[in-house]
Amino acid sequence: MIKARVTVTLKNGVLDPQGKAIEGALGSLGFSGIGGVRQGKVFDLELAETDKAKAEETLKAVCEKLLANTVIENYSIALS
Amino acid sequence: MKSAVVQLPGLNRDRDMIAALTKISGKAPVTIWQTETEIPDVDLIVIPGGFSYGDYLRCGAIAARMPVMQAIKAKAEKGVKVLGVCNGFQILLEAGMLPGALMRNASLRFVCKEIKLEVANAETEFTRAYAKGQIIRCPVAHHDGNYFADAETLKSIEGNGQVVFRYADGTNPNGSINDIAGVMNARGNVLGMMPHPENLIESAHGGNDGRGIFASALDVIAA
Repeated sequence: MIKARVTVTLKNGVLDPQGKAIEGALGSLGFSGIGGVRQGKVFDLELAETDKAKAEETLKAVCEKLLANTVIENYSIALS
Repeated sequence: MKSAVVQLPGLNRDRDMIAALTKISGKAPVTIWQTETEIPDVDLIVIPGGFSYGDYLRCGAIAARMPVMQAIKAKAEKGVKVLGVCNGFQILLEAGMLPGALMRNASLRFVCKEIKLEVANAETEFTRAYAKGQIIRCPVAHHDGNYFADAETLKSIEGNGQVVFRYADGTNPNGSINDIAGVMNARGNVLGMMPHPENLIESAHGGNDGRGIFASALDVIAA
């Protein structure tokens, strides 16, 4: 079995109102000097697969077809 | 003209849509359940609003990958008209049947109110009942209606007249780029829009500004 973590983030240039709100909340909690906050999603997956290259190939298709909307989002895959 | 309304778990505007189509065309639409892969012979397929699959992952993302969407895509490729309203618009975008994406409202708030819409293109199968530039009233109710497309896509849809509706008179409720409220595909038979025209079709609603969209698509424009 291979465990994987997929991280999905908004592309550069795509506005992130939720990130902005989090940044504002950090400021009001007294955390000064924190900027450029962008939020995203993390998915943990388990694959019944032993070949890392094959797992990566499957995960790429999974990201393209469902986990990320590639019009606005980027994804990265990490295997452990 | 015959119409159909798609039903999926979590869509909750289907009854309003069925009522609107029935009142305007005089014929009740057929309903299509999410697992159906054979779609009856109709002229217009409508995907109504709601919260399909609880808006999990992204609004419309799961619904867009249900078997029924493959069947709808095939129908659209044959020229059948498809209208997606609110969550229906999100589903059409997630299914890749329309360009762009819808994101969280810039205000981060759910908005439920009446806005003004400009008919940016009146030469479409869905807007023939209106005049170009006409301003109509329409209700909106959504949390993720902030339309986005990259610069290249935006240039192409603006140039092709694919922007059908814009929020007018400073009523953009969600931060949509270029005030875009509704877009169609290049062929002109698939339209998605965030506002709810089905909720403004008779005097009991306080007006009938939304009627023209259905009258155009169903070819029952009053003389």
